[in-house]
Amino acid sequence: MSNTATARFYSAEFFEAAFPYVATVLMILGASTFFPEFLSANYLLQQMQIAAFLGVIALGATIVILLGHIDLSVPWVLGGAAIISTAMAGSDNAILIALAVPAALAFGALVGVVNGIGVAWFRIPSMVWTLAVNSMLLGVAVLNTGGFNPKGEASPLMVTMASGKIAQIPMAFVIWMALALILFVFLKRGGYGRYLSSIGFNEKATYLSGVSTLRVIFSAFMIAGACSALGGVLLAGYANQAYQSMGDPYLMPTIAAVVIGGTSILGGKGTLAGTIGGVAFITLLSSILSVMQISEAWRNIIFGCIIITMLLLQTLRRKRV
Amino acid sequence: MLDLYKHHRRECIAFIVLFALLSLYIATHPRGASTYVMTIWANQCLILALAAMAQFFVVLVRGIDLSVGAIMALSNCVASYVLVGSGIDLFYGSIAVVLTGTLCGALNGLIVVYGRIQPIIVTLATGSVFIGIALLLRPTPGGTINYDFADAMTLDIAGIPTAVIICAVLLIGFWIPLRRSGLGRAFYAIGSSEQAAFQSGISVNTVRIFAFAMGGTFAGLAGSYFSYVTATGDAGIAANFTLNSIAAVVLGGVALSGGVGSLVGALLGACILKTISSLMFFSGLPPLAQPLIEGVVLAGAIAIGSSEVLRMKNRLQVFDR
Amino acid sequence: MPPTHTGSSRLKTNTTPLVRLENVTKRYGATVAVSNVDFACHSREIHAVLGENGAGKSTLMKLLSGVIQPTEGKLYIDETPVVLSSPRKAIDLGLICMFQELSLVPDLSVKENLLLGGKGSAYGFSRQTDRQLARTLLDQIDGHNIKLSTRVSELSLAERQQVEIAKALSRKPRLLILDEATSALNASVVEKVFELIRVQRDSGTGILFISHRFHEIEAIADKISVFRNGAHIDTFANGEHDYPAIINKMVGQTLTELFPSLPPLSAAAKTVLNIDSLSWNSIVNDISLTMREGEILGLGGLDGQGQSSVMQALFGLLKGTTGQVAINGTGDLPTSPKSAKSLQTGLAWVPEDRKAEGLILDQSIVENMELAALGHASNPDSTVFSDLMQALDLKYRSLDQPVSDLSGGNQQKVALIKWLVISPKCLLLSDPTRGIDVKTKTQIYGLLKTLSESGMAVILLSSDYEELIHLCHKVHIFYDGTVVESLSGESLNAQNIIAASLNMHQSAAPAHA
Repeated sequence: MSNTATARFYSAEFFEAAFPYVATVLMILGASTFFPEFLSANYLLQQMQIAAFLGVIALGATIVILLGHIDLSVPWVLGGAAIISTAMAGSDNAILIALAVPAALAFGALVGVVNGIGVAWFRIPSMVWTLAVNSMLLGVAVLNTGGFNPKGEASPLMVTMASGKIAQIPMAFVIWMALALILFVFLKRGGYGRYLSSIGFNEKATYLSGVSTLRVIFSAFMIAGACSALGGVLLAGYANQAYQSMGDPYLMPTIAAVVIGGTSILGGKGTLAGTIGGVAFITLLSSILSVMQISEAWRNIIFGCIIITMLLLQTLRRKRV
Repeated sequence: MLDLYKHHRRECIAFIVLFALLSLYIATHPRGASTYVMTIWANQCLILALAAMAQFFVVLVRGIDLSVGAIMALSNCVASYVLVGSGIDLFYGSIAVVLTGTLCGALNGLIVVYGRIQPIIVTLATGSVFIGIALLLRPTPGGTINYDFADAMTLDIAGIPTAVIICAVLLIGFWIPLRRSGLGRAFYAIGSSEQAAFQSGISVNTVRIFAFAMGGTFAGLAGSYFSYVTATGDAGIAANFTLNSIAAVVLGGVALSGGVGSLVGALLGACILKTISSLMFFSGLPPLAQPLIEGVVLAGAIAIGSSEVLRMKNRLQVFDR
Repeated sequence: MPPTHTGSSRLKTNTTPLVRLENVTKRYGATVAVSNVDFACHSREIHAVLGENGAGKSTLMKLLSGVIQPTEGKLYIDETPVVLSSPRKAIDLGLICMFQELSLVPDLSVKENLLLGGKGSAYGFSRQTDRQLARTLLDQIDGHNIKLSTRVSELSLAERQQVEIAKALSRKPRLLILDEATSALNASVVEKVFELIRVQRDSGTGILFISHRFHEIEAIADKISVFRNGAHIDTFANGEHDYPAIINKMVGQTLTELFPSLPPLSAAAKTVLNIDSLSWNSIVNDISLTMREGEILGLGGLDGQGQSSVMQALFGLLKGTTGQVAINGTGDLPTSPKSAKSLQTGLAWVPEDRKAEGLILDQSIVENMELAALGHASNPDSTVFSDLMQALDLKYRSLDQPVSDLSGGNQQKVALIKWLVISPKCLLLSDPTRGIDVKTKTQIYGLLKTLSESGMAVILLSSDYEELIHLCHKVHIFYDGTVVESLSGESLNAQNIIAASLNMHQSAAPAHA
């Protein structure tokens, strides 16, 4: 039954996932002809660290998008997790400090449950419901912080997670890869990944096959919520505080990274590996544009044009198959 | 009459809700039901309503437009250059502003149709490009609009806010004829069942591009009305309007899956959103709590709208739409 | 119904064909849908097309209506070569098709659908005359009850077919193509439709008619063409060949026996299912029945009389049921498909709509076959799968190919294998042979016999009374949510089934099984 698995390795799925990696490498090589420092180990290691922040969020987003849904509550789950963890870490209570990170992750999972209630029970389109949840979280944050920057600081653990190193490799990157591995195994074992894909293609038929679709949807949103929260914890560790609207710049790049990584926005098809490549691409693109000191206006234009080009290339590739 | 209610149930409910909210607003506003109050309210509503109408056309054909806000910002910035001088200049200027929107929308449509890429990700990327161009035009907010012209558009005619008159003209002179025409039917057909539309001889690609162009045109109208109200060009307004336009159409009974809903619904949804904000403002509730309450009200309204799902006696029915 | 051969005199047709296909081939990648087809239809003629599923009939219709274009070969209209690049082009040239998968838009009203894509309506406004024509046509086919302002999504399948016919006729076709146009219509409406078609033919229109109902073809056709495996086999006048000869042409061999002999029920068989006074939502009213191991129980009656709701109730899809149910020892109806398929309850359901509900078309054969078995306590290993694939003679290129590539018959086999691998105690089948070719039907009937012999209980919901008669130990006929008649043995015959379906039986006692 699974000697065909080898055949699949060389199939279209592999090329879809490899595409962003190839594009990233080409982009770095191209940019390095203007600025050789793009190829320095220092720069690349730093990029691996920065990419991890977007990367953990994008992994969670991939799971929800495979289902055929979308999670637009990323910005304020991230922000909320940062606020919670820095507030707890900035207190004088040793227990609270220790629980800072787990509490933030639990917060993310809890928001995932709320998302699941709207999407799986009330059948509200995920785009609308997660947007509404995001608004509510924003409201809670405003009420809580009075519109100022939240008080608090990152705990030593958080700082290490965000900025520490293991033999030169950024800790954040290690965490990202570890998360990717855990999710990969989780998706492969027990058919969870298959359930995601089947629901993404046809939820009704999957339900009629005796799959507990409710459980899958709830758990997917919980995972995504926890991943966004982890992103918030890392960012707070990096900046040593939580700041207003820290999550807003992460939503659109997350979606772009997932789609460039070959995952279909309609659900069913996609890989975690592709998303990792997409994150690498987006991170390097933003960084190169910023290092080259391109004005914000042109950065926006170039960013948009390159995304469209990547997508058009994807379409061309699929047509030839 | 009963048929009218049956087929437009969601719009009727939205209308009743709006009526109730508006009455409450007038009752609590310190200046009561005066032309001044109604004009300010109508102006604010019209901006969002036009954005919601733009979103409506795209959603109707089973798409989503994440660049509505960006097109608004771009048109707004164009207006700040072009709506100066007088007489015939203003006329051409107004056309130029709206045409900017149409071109942006048409570009979206072309990429979606001929690039075979999902609208959500195309408009995400093009939105970035449009904002970039807007920033090129107005790196910082500035510029002016001919004040007399702006006043004419935003004050009142014989006690009735000009915004209301503009709305009435749009609905009676544009929407009702469109709804009855072959093009209007084609929009609904493509959103409801693309296969049926194709087999009936409708040119799906052309009509879809048209829908996007129509959306862009309304976004251009929204941007130009924004200029009349604020009299400057600002590239930063985008994100808010995009997300609110989605919430507005959903509140107004438009289905995100396409083929269901009306322009009136988009209008009503936008007015409901704006009226809630205004209500909050004058309600005496603590300002810090207002975003949260708005978010909760939005979430509640959406959940109530979907609550019939919980009462379905056949579990399979929840999967149809 | 005796065939009317009023058309046979018209067989001396105008020699110029209205539409002609010359050496047309259509390929989808490696699959050949039709090959080297020479085919012609003439005006003033009702030309029927017969063939199993997969024979190429649908492809032929799609070629003629502009939905697809030939890979090779040419099309001629009035002997002028044309390329039908889109349905729009075909409609403009007068080739009007009434599609099997209807071309009605659910969210628009009947009136708007009738106007959709019509001549001159592209960006303009509808005229009073269009509406009147639509109303007249609808009334002529018994569509008085269909209001023009009703949303199509609110119409029944039969009403939708009536609207679709009216839409096709209102376009003033030169060639009218009817692809399974009458499958849901009752006899009197079908007769009115045929009258309209004959009027069209007499006024010069050419008619192309596909149907699986042989008695309809006998009644209406002037000429019959047979397709098999993508090739045009023969064309002959109606009446020239008899039914067995035609089947021979369609299948390529003489069918010795379509239906296997039914194994008798063992007296020692245990009761597997016991339903007592089941009711739901006024659609299911006080149903009681029992079933034993190895029994094949049929559910019959017109569409929508509650029999499919009973199946759904058994599979855990309905909320708010009342009544007592005992399934394989468990004391309640399952609350979801997941609990229905559990080892203890042991149910499996193959739904009627295999493309939208039974299978996930975008996924591979393997992924579809494994979906119900993933995480199931029965834990089938790969030999269970391969044995079943062999037993059912599944034809495929690679297990990783998407299920959408397969023919309808093979798709249904995948849907069956998916459920058989978890060794259910009771198999629920809804119209399992709808749209399936004759050969696969035979294989499925053979499978049912084997399953029955092995002790599996089967509930077979079918709209084909031949299936009910030959395959079932007992049949319950539904009307208005109740079982009006239970037939078995001698009483299980066509007349009784039809009579009971129409609730014409005089029996006063409620039918308890």
